[in-house]
Amino acid sequence: MRELLELLEKDHTLTVAQLAVMLDKPQEEIAALIKQYETDKTIVKYQTIVNWEKAGADRVTAIIEVRITPQREVGFDAIAERIYRFPEVRSLYLMSGAYDLLVIVEAKTLKDAAQFVSTKLSTIEGVIGTTTHFMLKQYKEAGVILEDEEEDRRLVVSP
Amino acid sequence: MTTWADRVSPTVKAIPPSGIRRFFDIVAETKGVVSLGVGEPDFVTPWHIRESCVYGLQQGYTAYTSNYGLLELREEIVKNCVASYGVTYDPRKEALVTVGVSEALDLAMRAILSPGDEVLVPEPCYVSYKACVALAGGVPVTVPTKMADCFRVTVAQLEELVTPRTKALLIGYPNNPTGAIMSKAELEAIAAFALKHDLIVISDEIYASLTYDGTHTCFAALPGMRDRTILLNGFSKAYAMTGWRIGYALSNADFIGAMTKIHQYTMLCAPITAQVAAIEALRHGQCNMLRMVEEYNRRRRLMVDGFKTIGLDCFEPKGAFYIFPSIKQTGLSSLAFAEELLKAEKVALVPGDAFGESGEGFVRCSYASSTANLTEALTRINRFVKKYI
Repeated sequence: MRELLELLEKDHTLTVAQLAVMLDKPQEEIAALIKQYETDKTIVKYQTIVNWEKAGADRVTAIIEVRITPQREVGFDAIAERIYRFPEVRSLYLMSGAYDLLVIVEAKTLKDAAQFVSTKLSTIEGVIGTTTHFMLKQYKEAGVILEDEEEDRRLVVSP
Repeated sequence: MTTWADRVSPTVKAIPPSGIRRFFDIVAETKGVVSLGVGEPDFVTPWHIRESCVYGLQQGYTAYTSNYGLLELREEIVKNCVASYGVTYDPRKEALVTVGVSEALDLAMRAILSPGDEVLVPEPCYVSYKACVALAGGVPVTVPTKMADCFRVTVAQLEELVTPRTKALLIGYPNNPTGAIMSKAELEAIAAFALKHDLIVISDEIYASLTYDGTHTCFAALPGMRDRTILLNGFSKAYAMTGWRIGYALSNADFIGAMTKIHQYTMLCAPITAQVAAIEALRHGQCNMLRMVEEYNRRRRLMVDGFKTIGLDCFEPKGAFYIFPSIKQTGLSSLAFAEELLKAEKVALVPGDAFGESGEGFVRCSYASSTANLTEALTRINRFVKKYI
């Protein structure tokens, strides 16, 4: 049920009772659906978007373009797995275009990130080359503007 | 000695000030209010529409337009009307772009009414209907609708109030403040009534896109009604463009010509910035609009369920973004309920009598607000109502 998933994607704190009313379905049905989605991993995980800059925590995010040699039978997947198993890797995508994999790495410091690339990532067999970009500022994450200064400017009562 | 106040036109003096305005002044003084009193979307205008206006300004769209509005916009309006309802107009002579539906309504009244002409106005209704009739020299004849009839107007009621002086019928469905809609069959009966008494019908369909039960029936699309109807619509609700002040009227060339004559002397044209944005809204705004409608529908269900739990009698609204529960069980008047609720729980809503006498005993709650706000407001209203029932 697309609408249920969309609602949960935006706000997973909505209760089963609220969802049931909003979607005009019995609570049992909504609860069963959610359970099913969780089990079959349609709903992968519930997460919170944190503005770490505001939280005062130092974090460095690196966007790394990786060129690799695909392997017989497994293509890009085997190398991809070797990369995404590292906990430092936050996201990993197979891309079309000038490079093959886009890796997003999170580390405490610039040095840590650089070290991860030079000692872990580029040494993997099949990796031909990497280009590392460091992220300077985060404006929007998962569809949410982090510092949205657009406020409700409506009059409190209007016709 | 005569005062300045004495010199104000008696017609204007006779019109009561908007009940909403009066209540607004009370609410404005209270801090930390959760407001269900807002008669406009809580979405800001979708970015692509705002961006098109910025681009238009950069391109130098800063001048007057034709009195009728940009032809490109009129063509889009007609195209949209054909696609949605199958009724067509000549964009050159039968479409007028106005400063919101409010201006279009005023123009329509002034274009068709002679002093003393009567206009049937079903109530509760939008605050400016009766005032516009009166300002145009007409006489508004109230047709009170009832919760038992789902706030729909019936031919039987209209037959009781129609006279040889009746010139027009002014309807607004989906309705503000009740959220009522009318089915095709019900509107066909109204159309037959209009034909029988040779009445002009002014149909304010600003909430047409916000219909949650079935599809909206456009009055002008009913057989034989196109030329008899002045169809009013705009961008405020469907595209969250209230502050842009942009609407339109569609009708036969004579009515539109007469309205344009007044418009050219009093307004000249609608702001070009808003017209440019409106073109973008019609061309590419469908997707965003449908998302908003889905969201309103979910909130509507939340509100209906909320008031049911609270124990107030409530008709299930099928359109717009208002719910209009009865507060008669509390023994309070609409105004007292609204004022006491504001004082005790800091929730703002609008007393039903602001929409005419037949709105007494009800309050209008707008669900153009976030789910979190609505849930909080319902909790507070529940606490308040428990003291009375």
